[in-house]
Amino acid sequence: MNLLLLIGLPLLTAVGVLLSRNTQQVRSIAFAGSALQLVLAIALIYLFQKERAAGVAAQMLFEQNYALFPSLNINFHIGVDGISVAMILLTALVVVAGVLVSWRVEKMTKEFYFLLILLAMGAYGFFISLDLFVLFFFLEIAVIPKYLLIGTWGSGKKEYSANKLALMLMAGSSLVIVGILGMYFGNGEHKSFDIIQLAQAGISPAVQKLFFPFLFVGFGIFTALFPFHTWVPDGHSSAPTAGSMFLAGISMKLGGYGCLRVATYLMPQGAQEYSSWIIVLSSIAILYGAFATMMQRDLKYMNAYSSISHCGFVLLGIGMLTKTAITGAVMQMVSHGLMTALFFAVIGIIYERTHTRQINEMGGLLKVMPFTMTVLFIAGLCSLGLPGFSGFVAEMTVFMGSWQNADAFHRIATVIACMSIVVTAVYILRAIGQVAMGPIKETYTRLSDASWNEKLAAAILIIGIVAIGVAPFWLNDLIKPGAEIIMNKISGK
Amino acid sequence: MSEFLLIMKNELVITFIIFLLLFIKLGKGMKNESLLSLIQFLLLLNVGQGFTFSEGNLFGNMFTNTEQIALEKNILNLGVYLISLLGAGWLKQHKHLPEFFMLMLSALLGMNFLISSGNLLIFFLSLELSSIPVAAMANFDLEKKASSEAAMKMILSSAFSSGILLFGISLIYGTTGTISFAELPAALNGSTLQILAFVFLFTSFAFKLSIVPFHLWTADVYEGAPIAVTSFLSVISKGSVAFIFITALYKVFSPLQQTWYNMLVILSIATMITGNLFALRQQNLKRFLAFSSITQVGFILFGISGGTNASTSAVIYFVLIYVFSNLAVFGVVSIVSSATGRETISDFKAFYQNNKLLSWVMALALFSLAGVPPTAGFFGKMFLIVAGAGNSYLWFLVIAALNLVVSLYYYLKVVRAIFMDKNDNPIEKITIGASEKLGLIICSAGIVLVGLLSWVYQYISQL
Repeated sequence: MNLLLLIGLPLLTAVGVLLSRNTQQVRSIAFAGSALQLVLAIALIYLFQKERAAGVAAQMLFEQNYALFPSLNINFHIGVDGISVAMILLTALVVVAGVLVSWRVEKMTKEFYFLLILLAMGAYGFFISLDLFVLFFFLEIAVIPKYLLIGTWGSGKKEYSANKLALMLMAGSSLVIVGILGMYFGNGEHKSFDIIQLAQAGISPAVQKLFFPFLFVGFGIFTALFPFHTWVPDGHSSAPTAGSMFLAGISMKLGGYGCLRVATYLMPQGAQEYSSWIIVLSSIAILYGAFATMMQRDLKYMNAYSSISHCGFVLLGIGMLTKTAITGAVMQMVSHGLMTALFFAVIGIIYERTHTRQINEMGGLLKVMPFTMTVLFIAGLCSLGLPGFSGFVAEMTVFMGSWQNADAFHRIATVIACMSIVVTAVYILRAIGQVAMGPIKETYTRLSDASWNEKLAAAILIIGIVAIGVAPFWLNDLIKPGAEIIMNKISGK
Repeated sequence: MSEFLLIMKNELVITFIIFLLLFIKLGKGMKNESLLSLIQFLLLLNVGQGFTFSEGNLFGNMFTNTEQIALEKNILNLGVYLISLLGAGWLKQHKHLPEFFMLMLSALLGMNFLISSGNLLIFFLSLELSSIPVAAMANFDLEKKASSEAAMKMILSSAFSSGILLFGISLIYGTTGTISFAELPAALNGSTLQILAFVFLFTSFAFKLSIVPFHLWTADVYEGAPIAVTSFLSVISKGSVAFIFITALYKVFSPLQQTWYNMLVILSIATMITGNLFALRQQNLKRFLAFSSITQVGFILFGISGGTNASTSAVIYFVLIYVFSNLAVFGVVSIVSSATGRETISDFKAFYQNNKLLSWVMALALFSLAGVPPTAGFFGKMFLIVAGAGNSYLWFLVIAALNLVVSLYYYLKVVRAIFMDKNDNPIEKITIGASEKLGLIICSAGIVLVGLLSWVYQYISQL
């Protein structure tokens, strides 16, 4: 399969959106483009597994390599392994759902969809690039659409949140570029941005030790590494529904993927050196995020803080440096992406009807909005890790991988992380109970349930969640070889 | 003789246009509108002829032309052509149109000689030729007091810097006995007096490039001068001086590399930080752009500090992109200012409401200045940073990278005003003239394409 399609299709869609005449056309083009992209992503998985089954053992499949700036040795090098394929599927699912949920955006519809698609294109490009310069290019492409989406279509203190988000993410990417240049120049005469070449050549331990923190913290900011998580609650709560879905579902995963593919894979000794730091910080994030969520009265804030906690599992899995934990980290990225997108979609549906996100102002909505509330239940149960949903599988894998480290430090960290599940159960059940059950307010008795587009969006995400929860093997099989290569690099084989 | 004509072709064409304008002025036979169209056409031809060149030296190595120099000159030609397009609204109404272009082209002529100079004497003469007409141009808003003030400040500061430069040149001649660029490297031995002379020379460059602490004239002059002049100053003047600065450092003062490297590190940090901090507080767009251009110079210095061929190409590439992005911003400001007379950031609140196209051009250009992909500015900044990082201290690189974030903040401030802020009295729909439209299209195309078409950088880097 030609991976250029993955970038080309969103580009075409974006151009189509710009050229379209009215709102109806904008919506149809955006939906058609993103649905086609989903088909492409599913086809990619099928073709990928077919190649693997046929015994193609290359680390990356469907590779293409074009010289871009030969004098600086920058190449447009793309290719995928199982991890990137999983992330692409996640992105495609969230994008379709996001486009569907935003069906009713009336204000500057064309610009809105254009920015959404541009953001998605950045993510696709990021996940397939194997050249650090190109990867960085796509990482930064995704920043500005977020800023404009939040600032223009957001709610609450949107300008402040948009600014905070853009600046913190830019600060993250400027640390990333320092780390990337450290690797580029750290290799002596042979300067290269190519991930595969850098991994084969190996980077000297001194360079790794110096530059690993830059890369990890830089990407960590994107994925809410404690204490750089402060943009998350503001950004998510101010963003429009699709914006929150993209932020939590896709954008935060860019950071996790970068931490794994760039920081850990290319600098394994650096990762070992700092792994205890990563574990401490991510444990704090997990526990702090969970407790902070308990205090929230606003549904979006609640989900934003719980994202900090859940993304902590991603970083914890990476920090544990075992094959199972890393597999779990990737699964958690996919699972959390789907689940949190679903959560934000439901919150958007509720907010559009009740015009409030305060938990204590709602109640009894199950009577008037049975479908929406069922979806809320599913999202909540997935979030607290009920077996049968993706959250359970992913978190369980992380825990199992963490437990493989036999010393007291790792065990204690694992136990602390496990404890957060109890806290999660408390806030999820309490919030759902208050929103769905109890007496209904007079003003809410006439609310309508989700419309067809919202139902379709929720269904797409739920299918993903359940598919992972009930039959985790396909995802596991997809991710494991990639995780194994990273792990071999870490253990020095 | 024919060799002389070919090697100096660019300069001769510009001189020819100047004389043509002079005769037209004396004949008094043309209306402003048609004259402006004629000038634009001539300048377009000038850009076209700039693509052909012949290499060689003239007058005993006083004047050099190479493919690289020809490219640099043509970037400046292109910038002047764009200014003639974008400033059309203001220029059409001006009663001294031919004089304006005569002065501007004289300055351009000076810059051409400046880039080509192979000798401190012609270097000094051409630097003067490139700065004195600009001071006269700064005074071209004849009824405005601020404009005369700007001209006064400009002429005083440039006279001051010329004095220092001349002092430096005489010291260099005194210690080495030569003023030829080719012979100087061998004659430099790093004695105290030579380093002092070099510092004087460096200072005059710092004045022209508005490197901190010699930047104080910049904001006032930018604010007071007409926008066409401001854009000329900030793009064309800066670009030409940056080009010759590289030649001076890399070719002439290469024996003093350790000295100038440390100076560049300190000045680059000071320039980036000062420019950034002051830009944060500005309300007037012209002052804002003045400080942001100071920051951009800080990044150019970072790239220059690399000291390799990659640095040279990165700087040329960056200036090319800077021509497109900065002129686009100035173009929009100039269109708005000549239609409504408003030029502060808060005037631009809710600008998007009535002027969608202008808003997108402005946003695109600001993103390019901030170095956000997929605009060309991203590639320009990245290549400067890659070039500079090669032999940089880690902390220097980190400071430069973090300054990118600060500069993003204030560029976003303008974007935010345009797209997000509310305004009860937003700027009405502005009709854009044909030549302004053409100028903005060229700029936008440049901003999008120069980065994505990678052969542009490839071409520059193999020179």
